Amino acid sequence: MSDRTPDRVALLALPALVYMVIVFAIPVMVLIGRSFFGPSGLSVTPYIDFLSDGFNWRVIFNTLRTAALTTLVCLVIGYPTALALSWSKGFVQAIMLVAIILPLSVGVIVKAFAWQIVLRRDGIVASLLMATGVWDEPKLLLFTETGLVLGAANIFLPFMILPIYSVLKLIDPSLQHAAATLGAPPVYRFFRLSLPLAASGIISGCSIVFSLATSMYVIPSLLIGDRYQTLPTLTARAFLLMRNERLGSTTATILLFLTIAIVMLTAWLVRRREVQT
Amino acid sequence: MTATERIWTFVTCLVATLVVVFLATPLVVTILTSFGSSSLFTLPPPSWSVRWYQRLTSVRGLGSTLLVSVEIAALSTFSSIVIGGLASIALVRGRFPGRTAIGTFLTSPLMLPGLVIGIALLQAFRFAGLRDVWTSLLLAHMIVTLPYAVRTIYSSLLLFDFTLVEAARTLGCSPMQAYIRVLIPALAPAFITSGIFAFLASMDNYAVSIFFTDAWTKTLPIMMLNLAEEQPDPTIAAISSLLIGLVLIFLIICDRAIGLRRIVDQH
Repeated sequence: MSDRTPDRVALLALPALVYMVIVFAIPVMVLIGRSFFGPSGLSVTPYIDFLSDGFNWRVIFNTLRTAALTTLVCLVIGYPTALALSWSKGFVQAIMLVAIILPLSVGVIVKAFAWQIVLRRDGIVASLLMATGVWDEPKLLLFTETGLVLGAANIFLPFMILPIYSVLKLIDPSLQHAAATLGAPPVYRFFRLSLPLAASGIISGCSIVFSLATSMYVIPSLLIGDRYQTLPTLTARAFLLMRNERLGSTTATILLFLTIAIVMLTAWLVRRREVQT
Repeated sequence: MTATERIWTFVTCLVATLVVVFLATPLVVTILTSFGSSSLFTLPPPSWSVRWYQRLTSVRGLGSTLLVSVEIAALSTFSSIVIGGLASIALVRGRFPGRTAIGTFLTSPLMLPGLVIGIALLQAFRFAGLRDVWTSLLLAHMIVTLPYAVRTIYSSLLLFDFTLVEAARTLGCSPMQAYIRVLIPALAPAFITSGIFAFLASMDNYAVSIFFTDAWTKTLPIMMLNLAEEQPDPTIAAISSLLIGLVLIFLIICDRAIGLRRIVDQH
């Protein structure tokens, strides 16, 4: 093959690249840039104004808190599920894969609306807790933080299970046997063998779920309502209801930087682990 | 196996079983509600009926909204596969600097909050004087669908043996013919899968669409959000159930094309 061919092949990337630069990169850059420009040139006034309001700190706190709780719930129930999935074979494995892939492919609005029904005072969670005697009287879970975290964890759970599963299935099962034969107790094996080997999957699962939960909009607006504002709901409100684009640009940029920080932190954690091992 | 290990294995399997039930809950609840006769979402419903499906015909604007959603999803998916496929060939075959960076850039909208992309595009389109809702939706949705196309086609191309194209050349095909007759059939499963996931991502998108719809032209998720806020009744459950059915059909096609396990690897 001649030397010219590779250069000509590179041209094939141009349509997508040009499109993404014009319709995606430049608008996002302009959004960030504009949020730092006041009427009198470069300024951080919008951010100072935003951060000097206690309500807005509450909004940032709400966003991070819900995202952290959702990630925690997903990790605690997602890890055992990924482990069981890596043990499973044949029909059981097929059932589990369908149970993960099908909800993942169904739209967020469909699932959030279903959770509105589930979390009602006469919904199935309340009925279940009443029947088992945990609750004496029916309570409303909808419009509470518990309800929001439950719904969000349900919707984002596949994004925790799949990365952990993809690492666990590569671990050689004979390692466990070897460690056991050499007399390592189960707890020691879990912390010194399984967990370090699965760490990259856990890191990426947590990172995906945390950033999805940080930027979720439909789930809080259907499951908790206007009382509980997060950065995405406030951003959407600023643009769609309050027509306050300055506020909206500020919150959108904070949200954007938060997401980029999560991505960079994850990359750093993964790299540091690779250096160690 | 010691007793403690057996207990841990049992607990793990128990949690996994409960999680499968938990994951299925929203879908099962949606389908049951859509076939109930009550408008109060009681489960199990007092009696079964198809009245919420019959009511779909009287929901104003549902037909035209569905048409807009399907048009936007189909067109943006098709264009994404074309330009995303070409870009993937360049990234796999090309020998130019910055290929990894370009790959990351082309898939980066998947990592950013949809609302932020929506706002950035809203301001950009306004600046460019673009007012037409349909065109704005199409241009914006291509940002949503392109990452899916690049991700799947790129990873399939990495596994593709390019000597087959050379072989076709040796056997007398022109470079163009060689690509069309060897590469495209080999990549068909990747086109189908990425196409389906891109199409679904566009059909479900609300974060970008919400800034471009108006009273006359909207997409299905925006209409469902409006319905959920204005008159929450099982009509939405009926629309949802039909969407779940659509996803099920698509997944069966994907399973035939590349198998369940490779769909999992794509995520």
